[in-house]
Amino acid sequence: MLEFINVGMNYKTLSGYTEALKDISFCVQDGEIVTILGPSGCGKSTFLFIGTGLTQCTSGEVLLNGEAIIEPYKEVGFVFQDHLLLEWRTVLENIMIQGEFRNMDLELTREKALSLIKQVGLSGFENKYPWELSGGMQQRVSICRALVHEPDMLMMDEPFGALDALTREQMRVDLEKMWIQKRNTIVFVTHDIVEAILLADKVVVLTPRPGRVKEVINIDLPRPRNMTVKESKEFMGYRKHITELFMDMGILHDE
Amino acid sequence: MQNTTYKEARRLRIKRMVFWFKNSLPGIISVLGVIVIWELSVRIFDIKEYILPSPSASVMAIITYWNAIRSNLLTTLYEIGLGFGVTVLISIPIATMISYSKIFQKTLYPFMVFVQLIPKVAIAPLFVIWFGFGVMPKILMVFLLSFFPLLMDAVAGLQSLNPRLYSMARTMNDSEWKFYWKIKLPNALPHIFSGLKTSISMATVGAVVAEFLGADSGLGYLLLRANGDINTKLLFAILVVLCLMGMVFFMIMGFIEKKVIPWHVSQRKNLKDDGTKKSDFRATA
Repeated sequence: MLEFINVGMNYKTLSGYTEALKDISFCVQDGEIVTILGPSGCGKSTFLFIGTGLTQCTSGEVLLNGEAIIEPYKEVGFVFQDHLLLEWRTVLENIMIQGEFRNMDLELTREKALSLIKQVGLSGFENKYPWELSGGMQQRVSICRALVHEPDMLMMDEPFGALDALTREQMRVDLEKMWIQKRNTIVFVTHDIVEAILLADKVVVLTPRPGRVKEVINIDLPRPRNMTVKESKEFMGYRKHITELFMDMGILHDE
Repeated sequence: MQNTTYKEARRLRIKRMVFWFKNSLPGIISVLGVIVIWELSVRIFDIKEYILPSPSASVMAIITYWNAIRSNLLTTLYEIGLGFGVTVLISIPIATMISYSKIFQKTLYPFMVFVQLIPKVAIAPLFVIWFGFGVMPKILMVFLLSFFPLLMDAVAGLQSLNPRLYSMARTMNDSEWKFYWKIKLPNALPHIFSGLKTSISMATVGAVVAEFLGADSGLGYLLLRANGDINTKLLFAILVVLCLMGMVFFMIMGFIEKKVIPWHVSQRKNLKDDGTKKSDFRATA
C-alpha cells in the first residue's frame, strides 16, 4: 500500500518559491488502479516522482507498506510520457536494459521480454529500432520495459498523452486486459476524464496549481470496461460529476 | 528460390552503386574539371615546372620520389597516430569529468579555452628548445591541435541527455557506472564522432607544422627540403600525398562511425535517398 499523507511540494524558482502540491492525502491499495486526474501543470507528474522516491516532498510523508520512502525504491516500473527508448537499441534490447541494470538472469529476461512483446502485438518487431516504429508501438515497447522485471507497482505518467484517439483507446483496453491477468498496482496520471474513469478503481481529482485533492471518487463499473460500459448510466454519471468538478474549479466553462 | 533472392540482392547492389555514382557525379566533374584546366593552362602557357608543375607531373613525381616519400610518410603517420591516440585517451575522460562535476567544469574550462587561444604554431619553436628534434615535440603539437575540438564535442554530447533518462535509470539501479556505460556514453557517440573527424584533420596539420620547425624526417621536413631545392614537383607530390592521407583518415572515421552508430539519424538511409525500399520502413499500429 502506498500512502500519501499531507504531501506538499515547493519548487525554488528565480522568483522565489512556487507551490506545486499542497496538503495531499490519499492511499493506493495493492492491486488497484488509481488514476490521478488534473489540469495541465498542476503537478501530476511530480506525484509519481515523489511516490517512487525519485523526488523528496518538502512537507508531509509518503509511506510504502508503512515505511517512509527516503530513496528511490526499485520494485517499480515507470512509463514516461515520452517513451524514453534508447535509439541505439532495438526493441528487444530496449526491454532487456531493465534486466541488465538490475543484474537479472539475462536469458530469463529475454524470454520474458519476448513473451511481453508477443502480448502487446509486436511480434516480428523485436529487432527493429525505435525510430522504425509508430508512436503507439514505441509506447508499447516502453510499457514492456516497465513490466519485464514483474514489478508490484506500475507508475504511468500520461503514457498515452502523445497518441491519437484511436490508438489511445486500444492501448487502454490492452492495459486493462493485462492488469486483469497480473493485478499489479497501477498509478496512472492523465488529463483525460474518460480515460481516468474507464481505467480506475479510484480517481483522484486535483485542483489547478498548487495541486490539492478536490475529490477522490471510487469507480464501481464492471470489468473489462468495453463499449457498453461507456454507454451505461453509471459511466455517464461519473463523467457528469467530474465535468462539474472541473467547471466548479473554473477549468471548464461553457462560454 | 535462393537464386532469385541472390539476383534481387545483386540488383539492389547495382542500383545502389548507380545511385552513389549519380549522387557523386557533380563533385567528380568539378574536381576533374579543375585538374583538366590546370593541366591545359600549364601546357598552353608553357609555365615553368619550378613555378607550377602540371598535375600529371606532380603525380609522376610521387612515383619518382616514392622511396623518400614513403619513409617520411611513415614517420608522419607514426607521429599522428601517437598524438591522436593521446588526444582520444585524454579528452574523453576529461570530458566525462567536466560533464559530471560543476567544479571541474569551472576550473578546467577556462584553462582549456586559454590553451586553445594560444597560437600553437607560434609556440612550436619553443618545443624544439624544450624537447629537441625527436618525436616528442611532434606528438605534443598533434595533441595540442587535435585535443580541443574533440573535447568540446564530447562535452556537448555527454551533456545533451534527456534528464528523464537519469530518473529512469534510478528506478532500475543506483550504479552510476552502468548509467554512464549503457546510456550516457552511447548517447554522446554521435557528437564524439563529429569531434573525432574535426580532430583528425587538425592532427595532420599539427604533425606537418611541428616537422617544419625542426625535424630530420617526416613529410613536413621533406616538404621544406623540396622547397629549399626549388623542387616544386616534389613539393606538389607531397601535397597530393598529404591530401590523400587526410582523405583516408576521414574515410576511416566515417567507416568506423557507420559501424558503431548505424542507428543515428545521420547514418540512416531512407527511401528517397538510395532508391530502395529496404531501410526506411515505418509501421503503423
